[in-house]
Amino acid sequence: MKFRLPFAPLVALRFLREGRMQTALILAGTTGGVAVIVFLTQLITQLQAQIVDRVLGSQAHVVIRPLEEANRRAFDAPGFASIVEPRAQRLRSVDQWENIAGLAAGLPGVTAVSPVVTGPAFALRGQASKSVALMGVDAERYRRIVRMDGYMIAGRFAVEGPRAVIGSELARDLGIGLEDKLRVLLPGGRDELLVVGGVFDIGNRDLNRRWVFVTLPLAQSLLDLPGGISNLDITVADIFDAQTVADRLRGATGLTVDSWMQTNAQLLAALRNQTVSNNLIRSFVIIIVALGIASVLVVSVVQKQKEIGILRAMGASRAMVLQVFLIQGAVVGAVGSLVGSGLAFALLKVFSHIYRNADGSPLFSAELEPRFIVMAALVATLVGLASALIPARRAARMDPVQAIRS
Amino acid sequence: MSTPVVELAGLSKAYKVGTPVETEVLHSLDLSLAEAEFAALIGPSGSGKSTLLNIIGLLERPTGGRLSIAGRDTATLSEAEITRLRGRSIGFVFQFHHLLPAFSALENVMMPTVIARGAPDDEAEAAAHALLAAVGLSAHAHKKPAELSGGQQQRVAIARALALEPRLILADEPTGNLDTHTADDIFALLREFNRKTRCACLIVTHDPRLAARCDRILRLVDGRLEDGAGG
Repeated sequence: MKFRLPFAPLVALRFLREGRMQTALILAGTTGGVAVIVFLTQLITQLQAQIVDRVLGSQAHVVIRPLEEANRRAFDAPGFASIVEPRAQRLRSVDQWENIAGLAAGLPGVTAVSPVVTGPAFALRGQASKSVALMGVDAERYRRIVRMDGYMIAGRFAVEGPRAVIGSELARDLGIGLEDKLRVLLPGGRDELLVVGGVFDIGNRDLNRRWVFVTLPLAQSLLDLPGGISNLDITVADIFDAQTVADRLRGATGLTVDSWMQTNAQLLAALRNQTVSNNLIRSFVIIIVALGIASVLVVSVVQKQKEIGILRAMGASRAMVLQVFLIQGAVVGAVGSLVGSGLAFALLKVFSHIYRNADGSPLFSAELEPRFIVMAALVATLVGLASALIPARRAARMDPVQAIRS
Repeated sequence: MSTPVVELAGLSKAYKVGTPVETEVLHSLDLSLAEAEFAALIGPSGSGKSTLLNIIGLLERPTGGRLSIAGRDTATLSEAEITRLRGRSIGFVFQFHHLLPAFSALENVMMPTVIARGAPDDEAEAAAHALLAAVGLSAHAHKKPAELSGGQQQRVAIARALALEPRLILADEPTGNLDTHTADDIFALLREFNRKTRCACLIVTHDPRLAARCDRILRLVDGRLEDGAGG
């Protein structure tokens, strides 16, 4: 090694190199700590993203619906007893939906708005009759709400005229495939002959059995909702903004507006709890690593008393001695974070082989996002610096005379 | 005559000041050490030799009186200025085990330069090599202190003390742990540098033979100085 570093880093590195066993121990501790934190963070982030992705794969981030109808008392005078029965909710259109769609599309964070007409129907073929949900959509716009193209197993996601897109379960139940015919019967008595133009598998049996996509005008006429729509589906750029966007829309329109966060409140709570417990584990690991670094450096300061005294006698200031020990902490943190990130990557690789989904695909991918490595390096270096603070101050305060004599 | 390198006027040192067990170890010392002067400091154990050396070396502060190093009154200097003055003007030679064990002989000699001026350059390294050559250790430049004999370690320590060409060399029993022959060598080396660089030297020793070969003998008895001429 060439003798070319300035004083503090030079002495710090040499002290670390000299105290082999101690340095190896704190490095091992820091590496292990960083590996646990990075591994856990990456794993949980990936799994959470997957869960959210799976849930949002088949639903809109925000949905606007008409207000529910409620019965009201004609008059409210004392002396009269009245029974108000809840009213049956008929299918109604969102009032002025074109305007509301325009308003929603203009909100910051909204990336897509798609009108949908949906209502109950029966799919018939021969003796078989299945209850389905008729979905009238504009395929172009609906694609940006649910990525249907990725789910298609036959044909295309396109509706025009009598061409419809159905789910794989329904296709099997009715024994039909591409270009086959299918009759739908509406509760009101209307019926229509459809042609299967595409079959999807959305990864959810229930939806695969129930969703039948047709054109918007066809659904409107079948469901007796001419020109109207039953709901507006909205996609937002950041899924966790959905609630804010929903609140704004509710305020602006007075309609029922639900975000995925409300419809999946339990899932969201579970995700939050997971994040909290992850943060707790991370904090504990950081504290333990910091204590490890600090205690080893405290011992090192005591062991290096004489050297510190000699350096001070040669003109090293207190600040210089302080730096020597701070740098040791920072170096341990920085090196530990890099090696630890490598270890975390190895762990991800190993565990992604061990843990697999039911279909044999890995539960998570062995990827390490660079931002986690950067984060780990920053946090570990800061923790190293912070835990070196007490030992370093002790070293700097040491009386050189006492130190040399010892 | 130029400004004395060291000047003590009524200097005293007490420990545990303000407590019932206050003990004064140095009583009102007066001393002046001129450029190129080579003085021995002798006295029985516990007479305060090391304390006096530490005070002159700016490692401890006196509790009374005045101390000037290279013409600067140390009472008015801040902690940082004291540290700088110590680094630039004073070279220490301790007993032989006071080298930095993690660094090679060459690195030990360069250390004062690194402390005073930051990362060394080729010039600093050449100067350190020259110093090691002057103490006869060119061949051992890259050895760690543990690989050197006691006499060799002390030579390294002398080379290190000379690195910044100090005005004053303070040596605390530099030959204390060496055999007579080696001790003579080390003493001769100090004397040689004293003549060459005209730095003042103050050497604490128990060896009356060596003390007799100094220009001046300072005897410290019970915290008081007696001045005498050397051999």
